[in-house]
Amino acid sequence: MSALIEIRDVNKAYVRGRQSVEVLHNVTLDIAQGDFLALMGPSGSGKTTLLNLIGGLDSPTGGSIAVGGKRIDTLGGTALAKWRSENVGFIFQFYNLLPMLTAQKNVEVPLLLTKLSAAERRRNASIALTLVNLADRASHKPNELSGGQQQRVAIARAIVSDPTVLVCDEPTGDLDRQSAEEVLRLLQVLNREHGKTIVMVTHDPKAAEHATHTLHLEKGTLVEAAA
Amino acid sequence: MKYLHLVWAALLRRKTRTVLTILSVLVAFLLFGLLDGVRAAFNAGETLAGVDRMVVSSRFSIIQPLPESLVARVQAVPGVRKVTWANWFGGYYQEPKNQLIIFAVGPDYFEVYPDYGITKPMIDAFGRTRTGVLVGASLAKRFGWKVGDKLPVKGSIFPDKATGETTWIFDIVGIYEAPTAKSRALEQQVMLRWKYFDEANAYGSGSVGWIIVQVTNPQESANVARAIDALSVNSDHETKTQTEREFNLSFAKQIGDIGLIVTAIIGAVFFTLMLLTGNTMAQAVRERIPEFATLKTLGFTDRSVLGLVFMESVLLIVIGGVLGLALASVLTPLVSAASGGMLQLPPIGLRSWLVGLALMVAVGAIVGVLPALRAMRLRIVDALAGR
Repeated sequence: MSALIEIRDVNKAYVRGRQSVEVLHNVTLDIAQGDFLALMGPSGSGKTTLLNLIGGLDSPTGGSIAVGGKRIDTLGGTALAKWRSENVGFIFQFYNLLPMLTAQKNVEVPLLLTKLSAAERRRNASIALTLVNLADRASHKPNELSGGQQQRVAIARAIVSDPTVLVCDEPTGDLDRQSAEEVLRLLQVLNREHGKTIVMVTHDPKAAEHATHTLHLEKGTLVEAAA
Repeated sequence: MKYLHLVWAALLRRKTRTVLTILSVLVAFLLFGLLDGVRAAFNAGETLAGVDRMVVSSRFSIIQPLPESLVARVQAVPGVRKVTWANWFGGYYQEPKNQLIIFAVGPDYFEVYPDYGITKPMIDAFGRTRTGVLVGASLAKRFGWKVGDKLPVKGSIFPDKATGETTWIFDIVGIYEAPTAKSRALEQQVMLRWKYFDEANAYGSGSVGWIIVQVTNPQESANVARAIDALSVNSDHETKTQTEREFNLSFAKQIGDIGLIVTAIIGAVFFTLMLLTGNTMAQAVRERIPEFATLKTLGFTDRSVLGLVFMESVLLIVIGGVLGLALASVLTPLVSAASGGMLQLPPIGLRSWLVGLALMVAVGAIVGVLPALRAMRLRIVDALAGR
């Protein structure tokens, strides 16, 4: 498989007060198209920082990141936002759904940035909700859904605009074992049957078992790669 | 428009707070509607003003009397068709809170002012009875007066020469009804004979408060006014001839600059409104930082987020403002009716609506600017991490 994501000598430092804290040191990594990669490591190891860089939420201090051959580390704010909307789906630990919107409307939000008509947006969102087996909960608001259901709505929102990459930050961190298992199986389906490239940060070794690869980060450096 | 449901959802997130904020905006724009009407009413002066009538008063002060002898000289000015005059006679009925608008009026007053709707029998009775007064129907109804009643009035300025007291006893000889709703305010007045007033008041005789001039040709009013004022140049009673509207404005301005007062009140109301809604918007945005971060994560640009907060802020003010102005539109005729025509508030017209809408957008933009900038500038990774 060819590398979809190419990370070269990436450094990331944050300035906190008068101090500059380097979170990632010279990380070099290739992620193949169709891969399901789990990033593991202790707290503060830089895995979420690396995930944010891959998802275009932040820019590296040094080095380069290319996704599908396009350098994203050089993009400005507006271009990066557009790139994210077209190429990346995000799944967070705490779902980050908009509380006043129904599941259907939440899933439609990324489509507001496209030229689709209202009817097309509704149809695509319904398909995405059906895919995560939540068509019957379309009119429910987040507070009327269980944690597992909310995370499935978040997954539907992440895939509704058909992105190349899914970026998941502790997607099962707030779920019970059964719900976590459902979510992980869903991610596997998206990876195997729909060809989505998935990068997932997790603390949970059981969750990582669902990935095709696992990488460990420690103190900002890749220390181990396992197939 | 496709973002409207996002903005609407944000407003409904804290329903109680939104409703309370809308209510405060509603009250502010209700006040704006009513006070703007009051300001317009004062600036418009007496609505009965006719271009064929002018008022001659002292150049120096509206309370400075003019010599009665001037009346005949004014009558002789070319272009003058008819002349009459009046004096202010302040007083109250029974209690100081029952203040009355009383004028001592000269002959032909009701010919110059047909607006009162005084009938011939009333004018005859008024002419026959030395202490007679004509009272407006609204006033008579309020105090239960009828024709033939004695009307004791405690004068606020003029004592009766005979008694030395400021209490005057008049005889009600007629109760008039204004012929149109527009002139209903005239029903709040009491008219007494100037001749009786002049003879009986202790402060001397032979002076009039102001002279009312009816011109033959309204197109010539300016020339006639100049000719009238020329009569008393370099005398101790120089005159100023003006339209009734200007004269009424001068009357109202004895209280103060109504326009300035009302503008100051409206300004204070809107300043307070901006502090209140500004605080509400700041709080609303602060609470939703993670949601804005999510929107940005999904691909909303900084400008989109800025626009969403602006839309929310403007929509909040526009909802309250439109409701407030609509309520003012409903209340304005009710206030006019309840005041018995004393306060003739003009209806909330297109101009008031346009100014109001411009104010709503401006207030919405001003109170939204800081929260919108905050939402626009937030860094996604910091906001998602709760920093």
